[in-house]
This record gives sequence, structure tokens and C-alpha cells, in this order.
Amino acid sequence: MTNFPRTLIFGGILFSIFLLGALVSFIWTPADVEILQITARFKLPSTAHWFGTDHFGRDIFSMIMVGARTSIAVAVVAVGIGIALGVPLGLWAAANHGHWLDDLIMRGNDLVFAFPSLIIAILITAVFGPSAFNAIIAIGIFNIPVFARISRGGALSIWTLDYILSARVAGKRAFRISAEHILPNIANLLIVQGTIQFSLGILAEAALSYVGLGVQPPTPSWGRMLADSQTMISIAPHLAFFPGFAIILTVLGLNLMGDGLRDILDPRIRRTQR
Amino acid sequence: MNFFVKKVATTTAILLSSAVISHAAQTDITIGMQLEPPNLDPTGGAAGAIDQVVYANIFEGLTRYQADGSIAPALAKSWDISDDGLSYTFHLHEGVKFHDGSSMDAEDVKFSLDRARAEDSTNAQKALFAGITSVDIIDATTVKITLSSPNGGFITNMAWGDAVIVAPESIENAATNPVGTGPFVFSNWVQGDRIEITRNDNYWGNSIALESATFKFISDPTAAFAAMMAGDLDAFPGYPAPETLPQFAADPRFTVIGGNTEGETILSTNNKDEHFSKLKVRKALAHAINRQEIIDGAMFGYGKPIGTHFAPHHPDYVDLTGNSNYDPELSKKLLTEAGYPNGFETTLKLPPPSYARRGGEIIAAQLRAVGIKAEISNLEWADWLKQVFKGKDYGLTIVSHTEPMDIGIYARPTYYFQYDNPDFQQLMKDLTAESDPSLRSEMLKKAQRIISEDYVNGYLFQLARTSVINSKIKGMWENSPTQATDLTGVSWTD
Amino acid sequence: MLQFALTRFISLSLSLIAASVVIFTVIEIIPGDPASFMLGINAQPDTIAALREQLGLDGSLMSRYINWISGMLVGDFGISYTYKVPVSELVLARVWISLPLAIYALAISTLIAFPVGLIAAAKRGKSIDITIMGTTQLGIAIPNFWFAMILVLIFSINLRWFSAGGFPGWEEGFLLSIKSLTLPAVALALPQASILARIMRSSILDTLDQDYVRTARAKGLSQRQAIWRHALKNALIPVLTIIGMQFSFLMAGAIIIENVFFLPGLGRLIFQGITQRDLIVVESVVMLLVFAVIIVTFIVDLTYAAVDPRLRKR
Repeated sequence: MTNFPRTLIFGGILFSIFLLGALVSFIWTPADVEILQITARFKLPSTAHWFGTDHFGRDIFSMIMVGARTSIAVAVVAVGIGIALGVPLGLWAAANHGHWLDDLIMRGNDLVFAFPSLIIAILITAVFGPSAFNAIIAIGIFNIPVFARISRGGALSIWTLDYILSARVAGKRAFRISAEHILPNIANLLIVQGTIQFSLGILAEAALSYVGLGVQPPTPSWGRMLADSQTMISIAPHLAFFPGFAIILTVLGLNLMGDGLRDILDPRIRRTQR
Repeated sequence: MNFFVKKVATTTAILLSSAVISHAAQTDITIGMQLEPPNLDPTGGAAGAIDQVVYANIFEGLTRYQADGSIAPALAKSWDISDDGLSYTFHLHEGVKFHDGSSMDAEDVKFSLDRARAEDSTNAQKALFAGITSVDIIDATTVKITLSSPNGGFITNMAWGDAVIVAPESIENAATNPVGTGPFVFSNWVQGDRIEITRNDNYWGNSIALESATFKFISDPTAAFAAMMAGDLDAFPGYPAPETLPQFAADPRFTVIGGNTEGETILSTNNKDEHFSKLKVRKALAHAINRQEIIDGAMFGYGKPIGTHFAPHHPDYVDLTGNSNYDPELSKKLLTEAGYPNGFETTLKLPPPSYARRGGEIIAAQLRAVGIKAEISNLEWADWLKQVFKGKDYGLTIVSHTEPMDIGIYARPTYYFQYDNPDFQQLMKDLTAESDPSLRSEMLKKAQRIISEDYVNGYLFQLARTSVINSKIKGMWENSPTQATDLTGVSWTD
Repeated sequence: MLQFALTRFISLSLSLIAASVVIFTVIEIIPGDPASFMLGINAQPDTIAALREQLGLDGSLMSRYINWISGMLVGDFGISYTYKVPVSELVLARVWISLPLAIYALAISTLIAFPVGLIAAAKRGKSIDITIMGTTQLGIAIPNFWFAMILVLIFSINLRWFSAGGFPGWEEGFLLSIKSLTLPAVALALPQASILARIMRSSILDTLDQDYVRTARAKGLSQRQAIWRHALKNALIPVLTIIGMQFSFLMAGAIIIENVFFLPGLGRLIFQGITQRDLIVVESVVMLLVFAVIIVTFIVDLTYAAVDPRLRKR
């Protein structure tokens, strides 16, 4: 195997820290995030509270851990929706290239792209009420055209290859060709794009929580922690720094991983090595 | 273009006048407001933000609230009440003109009141006018109003923002171009940003110190903090970020004023909910709550605890906080007795204000500690009105009732907390008919005790009104007996 | 070419119609009655009913849709429920804030991204490239609302160089207005500049790999001359596409930034419209934004097709 690029390693470590935090939070956090202790509020980082306490006296370190859970879960499922619905759509379009079906799907794609995503997300959570579930739906919807477009693009270039054409001529159905030949070959593209969409999902969840439309209290969420901390930023800046850095570092980690993965998996590089 | 000409004229005037007077006190003021009014007609909608801009500044009524909560004459210089309490004869001031030049007289009063009480009226406080059977013009400056039954609060009712006097000639466009009789004239509204008003030089009453005022809308508490600190605003009455008040208090440029409002902040309980219909459960609820923790945690210490639905600064207030003291052990015991040894689940639906959102998080934690799992839903006002207020689809909610002397809402069985006590309803009927002050006082005290001992709602605290003001300004109201930003008595010291 | 334009125009119109149907349906199912919201807690039911009639809230879905569409075609976007002024007036006033803000942010971001991307591409692999790549990675990861908070903390509250937000109005002076848009524009520009710089870099690198550039090098041109004379023009094409996309994002996506700096722009208009259940405003403004994006895409497509005939066959 080729040397893992530095970006992948570094990014992977960064992201793993938060993933670990999220997973560990299911069994243990330094303090219970659902217990409020007004008398212990605004404490600066110390041995008792590694990241200090917030305006309700809650331990910020614990809240970051549980918030990691929220962000990662929402982003993963949203990307999952995008892949589960977008990839078949894109493959279907590619298989029917030149046909009006392909055109229709691409038109639909462009239509969704034309909508301002944050506004629609806000609209959706207003229609159906703010919650983690609706945030997932709102973000997931905008992932579908991305994966549709990527998989269609990747699929199209594979459809032109000789062995695919001969399979077609031999009578293999487009569906089987897509499943057996196309899909595995675009998997790398999907992995790379998936990582990128994952990081975008984290940012989107933070934005929705920031305006109050994501997961509701008492479940902690990084975006909502930022919103809560705003008015107190000049008396207790650590309330804003920690969730902000958590978002930045997680997204950074994912983006670096995406870069690293692309370096390993990019077909162009593989082609030149063959 | 007109605006441009005005700008040049005022700039020149200011330059000239400042050449003559070397050190004149400032005459304009920029006031921060959290909510932007949707329109400027206080008789057509409920938004308190409308009154915040226009009450006493642009529009006036027959009577008006003063800073200390008392009622004073306004457009009516005096009034006579008949012995049977059914006829009120108001004597209006003479020579009063609306901002468009037309004169204000008894016809306008009749028009305003008839319009408010009409079948198709969109006045949000129609109940204020419901008892009026007729409005008669005696002469240009005398109006007689006849009631169907005596109402001790009628003079106060006429001081509400919804009862201001408007003119038929200008009422069409009142929403966007309000024409009143007040000391300020509406000048400009940049939607989403600010409203500007300027001095009315033809005002009938005492002249005012300010020449112009701008209301700037800043809903975000951080932005409000930043704007105030940076000097973009001169004052922010009803300042929305109590956690930052210590910083202002420590800075000599600013003065922090703490005052009262008529807002009883309560944990409204759906009395027809399967759990909360039981008195024991409601009592358990009351003892699970630690008021001081809520006041400290959500309001940063601003607010007085209340034990019933009445304002503590009112002379007839009875301190019943002892009925609902913080006792989680008692609370758990009561829940077990009521049949819920492991607690139960319910909903806590919260409207946007921070006293509700933050207070809600704290209360939810307190309830969790005794076994009641309250699921929080943060709603916008439109949803809250639909689900909680009209749909009564909730277990608990937190809201501040800002109308003065509104204990009467407990006599309405269909009001959103659905409390139905015939004794209390009778008491309220007796109260309305009674005008003897000491008897009224007894009745009010009895009313407070009934709703406290019935644990109808969780009584939390009286909402405080904190204002941050540039130290050089004087005359701003400390308290908020009604929604208003009365600028008539405001001036800059030098 | 004409046939291409025609087919694209037809699909554009279909897209617009589809968009309008989607927008209308989604918004009409939002719960919450504008009339009771406007009248508040103490209003009587008959008052609410009167207002509903006044606002035209009753009436079949189909008839309301037709009214809306036919109104829009003649430029009548209806009257806002909450402000009682024509939506077109509101939009016009807000556009004068959102548009300059978007342009300002775009200007800042391109001014930073172009040279940065160029340098990174020219010095590929060297330490300055790595630093730039690292910094841009960071820039992409920073949520713009958090960055805005920090900017306000430093530049407004502590240094008092800028006001904390708000917009004085263009008539108060050009420089003053630009000043009030500066912090918001910087907050918006940061992630965009980072993205743009990276795309600039990879686009140039891609072009440098092309045959015609290798030919130019073989003919004796230096690396730098090759970049300037040949690569740059072609590298700019994908970059311009991204700029186009960013522009539409900036117009509407600045919704959070507008809130933080209390700017009365389009984003905030929509946000307030949603919370106040002012359906007319929300429908019409979202429609306008979608319309703008679709038109821009259409024009860009036509331009590409005019320039590169290969693109005319889909």
C-alpha cells in the first residue's frame, strides 16, 4: 500500500478524537449534562472542570462530548440519506443517458440546487417543528442532488468503457451493470465526496442549532452552545471558544481526511501508476 | 427628494444654531427596541411594540398612564361620573389638532370608540369597550359615554394604548402613516431598521425637550449589547441581556435602571391535562420549583418572586410564596400519593423570550429531579399561539402576562389554562361591580389566596424591567405600568 | 446555437413553474395562522375572522396560487401581512443592502483568493504552498457566524473601530454605509476566500498539466510565462462558475450574518417572515431568489455554449 498522506493521518487523528468523545459519552462523561447548578456557573477551566462551566453551571467538557454525538449523528444520517437516495438516482440517470429521464433527473437536480439551502432548512424546521430528526431531513435533502450528480458523472465515464459496452451488447440489464460494475468503481468518488458532505453536514447542523432549529434542550449541541454564549462573550469567552473550536477542528479533520483519501483513491493518480 | 430638502434644511439649522449657542444640550435620542412593530396603529393589533413607539408620543387617549402607574387626564381635561356609575361625561381640551392639521373634537372621540367596539373591529382589546352602550356628542368638547353596568376600571381602561383617539380622515393609513395628537409626529420608517419621529411644533400641551427620536430595532441580545457599548444607542429600555448588566453598571457612561413591570411570569399549567387536573400533582409541581434559582439563572437576579398572580409592588399584594416553597422531598411524596411514584412525562412548550427559554431549561432540570420528565419544545410565537394558547395542546408552558390587574383571567374557564372554579368566577363578578376601595382590596386579597391554594399555575416571579441608559439622559420611565416608551419627559442634561 | 438556446429557455420556464409550485405548497402547509399572530393573546375570535377575510387567507389553494402567479407576472408580489406595504417595496429596500453586501464580500474574497491561489499554484509543493493550503483548510472549517462573533468582540466592543451592526442607510453617506457593511462582509468572505483560493490553485495546476501548456514550455516559455499567457485564462473558467454559485449563496445565505449584525437585508426579511408567518413575503422572496439563480445559470450556460461548441450537446 502506498504511504498514507500526512493529510489523511492528521485529519484522521483530529476527527477520531471527537468520534471517540462522542462514543465514550454514551457510557461516561465527567459530569451529568442534564443537571444544572446555577451557583457553579461561569467557572474557568480547572482540574475540576477541564473546560470550565457554562451559564447554568454545566461542565463544558461533558457538553462538548455529548454535542459531538449530536453533530456526528445528524451529519452521518444526513449524508446517508444523500447517498441512499442520490446514488441510485444518479446511476439511473447515467444508465438512461440521452433519454428524457436523464434530462428530467438533472433538471430536478438543478432545481434543488437553485434553492437557497439554509432558508429551506429553516422553512422545513418551521413547518415540522425544530428537532434533530427534522434537521437531518432538511440537510439530507440537499445532499441528494450532490450525490446524484457525482455518481452520474462518475458512472457516465465508466459507461463509455469497452467492457461495459460489451456487457450491454451481450444483453446484461442496465440495473445489473450499474450494481455490479459501475457502483464499485465509483465507490472511491463517493467516499471522498461523502467525507466532504459529512463536514458540510456538521457545519449545517451547527448553523441550524445556532438559530435554534436543531436538537432541542436539554440535549447539548455545539451550535446552540455558541448561540447561548453570545451575550456572555465578554464576561465568559470560554463559553464560545470551546464549542467553536470543536466545530472547527472536527470539520478541519474531516476535510483533511477527504483530501488524503482523494490523494489515495483518485483515479487519475491510479491511472498514471498503472 | 422631500427628505433630502429636509435634511439640508435641518443640517443648516443645526449649524447655524450651534454657531450661536456654543454648548447646547443634545435634542435627539436613539432608543433601542427588541421587537419591531408590525405596523403603527395601536388600535388595530396586539403587538406591544406598537405602543412602545406611539403611546404618549404620537397618539393620546382620553386618559393616560404616568410613569408611576397612576392615571392622569390626557385629551380629556376632566370628567364627571353619574351616581349610578353608568354615565361618564368627558370634557375635552380645546384647540387640539391632529398632525395633519384637522382639529380633534368630540366627533373624533365618538369615531374612535365606536370603531373600537364595532362588530368587525380588529381591536385586540375589544373587551375594554364591550360595556359601552352608547357614545354621545354633547358639544364639540363634551362627550357622554354610557355603560351597560358600572365598571370601576373604566377610566383606567381608557388609558390603554388600544383606546387612543384617532381621526376618520387619517385612519386609513394609520398602519404606515400614523396621525395622532401627540407631541411627536411620525417622520420615517425604514422597515427592518428604524422609525424616526420629530417634534410636533403645534402640540396643544406642554412643550417637550426633545426635537427628534429614532427607534432602532435590534432583536438579538448580543447585538443589543454591542450596540449599546459601542455608543450606537442612547438608551435601551427593556434591555434583553441581563447577564451583561454588571458591565454597564460598572461603566460611568451608563446608568442601569431596574424597575417593575405588570408582567407576572408564570409556569402555566393545563388544568385539564390528565396529570395536572389533580390538585396533588399541581401542588407537587409547585414544591419542585426553586424560584430563586430561576431568577438567578435566567434573569441574573432581576425579578421578584411571587406566590400568586399579582404584582408585588401593588399595595393589595399578599405574599403567598410560602404555599409553594422549594421542597423536592415533599414534591416526590405528593406525586407518590397521587399515584405517580415514578413520575410521568409531559410537555413544556416555550415561546421565544429568554425568560421562557432559559427559565424553561432550569425548570425542566428541577422537575427531572423529582421524576417529572418535561420534554422541551421551543416555539415561535405563531406556533405557541396556535398550539398552546388556542389549541390548549400542552402540559406546561412559561409566559409573562403583562397586562395590569389581570387576575380576572382566572375567571375564564376557556382561557388556556382552563381553570374552572365557580366561586372564583362569582368573586370576579362581585369585584367588577364593587367600587368601594376597601371592599375591593379585600376581594383582591381573597382572589389571590384562592388561586394560590388551588395551585392553578406555578407562580414564578414578577418580570423586572431593566433599562440601560446613557448617564446624561433623564426622564425615562423606570417601571412599565403599560407598554410605552414615553419620551415626553425625557431630556439630556449636559 | 439558436436551437440550444431555445431548448434551454423552455427548460428554464419549466423549472420556474416547478419551483413556484414547490414553494407555494411548502409554505401553505406551514402551521400557524398569521391573523391570530398579529392580534395576539387577547383577541376575540370574531376579530381574528375579520382579519383573515381582510388578508384574503380564506379561499381555495388553487385560486390563491393563481392569484399569486398572475400577480408576480406583472410585478405585483402582494402586500405583506405584517408590514402592510407591498412586498416589492420591502424587497427593493432590502436588496440595496443584500446586493452590495454580497458584492463587497465577493470582492474581498476574490481579492484575497486570486493572488493566494496563484502563489500556491506557482510554488506548488514548497513550504509557502503548504502554509497556504493549511490556512485555507482552516478558513473553510470556521463557521462564519462564530467568526462574526469574534470580529464583533474585537473590533466593535473592544477597539470600537466599527459599530456593532445596523445600517445607517445609503442617504446617510456612501462611506458610512460601506463601513457598516465591512465586518459582515469580512465574516462572509473568510470561508469563501478559502474555498476560492483552493479552487484557483487546483484549476491552475490542472491547466498547467494540459498538453498545450507543455507545448508552450517546450517552446521555451518559463513557468511563469506559461501561467500568465496561457493557463490563467482557461483556469478562470471553473473559477468563474464557483464565483457565480457563491454569489447566489451570499445573497440568501447571509441570513445568519444579517441577524448577528442586525442588517435589514433579504435574508433577515425571510427569517422574520417565517417566524411571523408572513407567508406572502416568504413565498415571493424565495421565488425571487430561485428565479435569480435559475436565470444566472441559464445565462452562464449560454455563454459557455457560445464559447465552447462542445458543450452544446448535453
